[in-house]
Amino acid sequence: MRSFGSIDLLSFTTAFQYTVLLVIMALALGAPLALGFATMRISRFLPVRLLAAIVLQIMQGIPLLALLMFVYFGLPVFLGIRMPPLMAVVIAYTIYTAVFLGEIWRGGIEAIKRTQWEAGASLGISKLQQFRHVIAPQAFRIALPASVGFLVQLIKGTSLAAIVGFIELTRAGQLSAAATLQPLLVYSIIAAIYFAICFPLTLLSRKLEVRLHGSR
Amino acid sequence: MNQFNFRPLFRYEDAFIEGILTTLKLAFQAGAAGLILGLVCALLLGRGNRAINLIIRSYIELIRNTPPVIQIFIIFFVFPTIGVRLPPFEASVVALTLYFGAFVTEIVRSGLASIPRSQLEAGHCLGITNLQVFLHVVMLPALRNIYPSLTSQFILLLLGTSVASFISTEELFHTAAFVDSRTFRSFEVYALISAIYVSLVIAFRLFFFAFGKLAFRWPTAR
Repeated sequence: MRSFGSIDLLSFTTAFQYTVLLVIMALALGAPLALGFATMRISRFLPVRLLAAIVLQIMQGIPLLALLMFVYFGLPVFLGIRMPPLMAVVIAYTIYTAVFLGEIWRGGIEAIKRTQWEAGASLGISKLQQFRHVIAPQAFRIALPASVGFLVQLIKGTSLAAIVGFIELTRAGQLSAAATLQPLLVYSIIAAIYFAICFPLTLLSRKLEVRLHGSR
Repeated sequence: MNQFNFRPLFRYEDAFIEGILTTLKLAFQAGAAGLILGLVCALLLGRGNRAINLIIRSYIELIRNTPPVIQIFIIFFVFPTIGVRLPPFEASVVALTLYFGAFVTEIVRSGLASIPRSQLEAGHCLGITNLQVFLHVVMLPALRNIYPSLTSQFILLLLGTSVASFISTEELFHTAAFVDSRTFRSFEVYALISAIYVSLVIAFRLFFFAFGKLAFRWPTAR
């Protein structure tokens, strides 16, 4: 046993960088997939729509923890490959982000009236251009508050990566609490760090929502 | 490429069933207690008492902006230092109740806010008692409005119970980790419990859908 000192704070700082890295990677890789899911869900072709709906429904019914363990322990064993821990964790969070963000964005796109697509079509621009220039900007505004809300959920969710021994903020806290036997101090600091990141984002999300509804 | 082999898991059938039951017990207990907590907090928020509002708002923001894992850790590891020692299952129920309660408070508050004042006044005009106005004119329509959010929040709680395994509560996820460590069939174990969770979620969705259709049959003006 040792007492709580600057070394713990230093390890929190390092671990926090991994938390941030995880969030950024999940967003960078998950967002394009989410867009893919969202467009699949509004596709003209029933099989595509159905497939996307089923996949999203199933993925949303799996706890993040099980997803993590599945990708981290299950997949490498099954495929017979070695997967670096960071990669496994990033894959799990990418899937998580793609699924939830995909549903949010689909909601945003569907909130735009059919007539907007038709107005685009009457200008003679292609389907892709209609989406890019007419639908997406409006859908973005509608989906933004919920997307920021999801970002908070994702940041909180990265704490679960501790289960596979990935050293992010929560894992660093666990290790530090075990070494110093001062759980009160350690977990208060960790909770405060998460709160300091998430609370401003929650406020932002709420403000965006008020602005969105105010403009209607 | 490995072969699928679910056979080694069959021996642990009882453990899995035990795990499912504990998961459901966690979800139901935390769900029921959290619902009551949320209702009480939402009603207290409406009273307009500054101090109470501040306390409830801080509670909501603290819970909603920190990870549930940390909350469970604090209740399980920190509370004993101030003399409250809880076994894993009870600690999990308390943590999940506080977590669920914070979200329910927000949902119920928005539901109450969705009832226009004029509807309240219309209720009073009928000459029924204040309690009857509250129950039939405010609470029931509000409940109907928030029913979808409440039920999906419960589904999230059901999935969230897996976090309780962090403090060795023997629920479904913990069982999976245990069986995995015995059989080394990681792929099959986590595929199996994922399937179980998905089935539970689908079963609850169907039940909530059917119940909602039955319970909220009266027509609305909208």
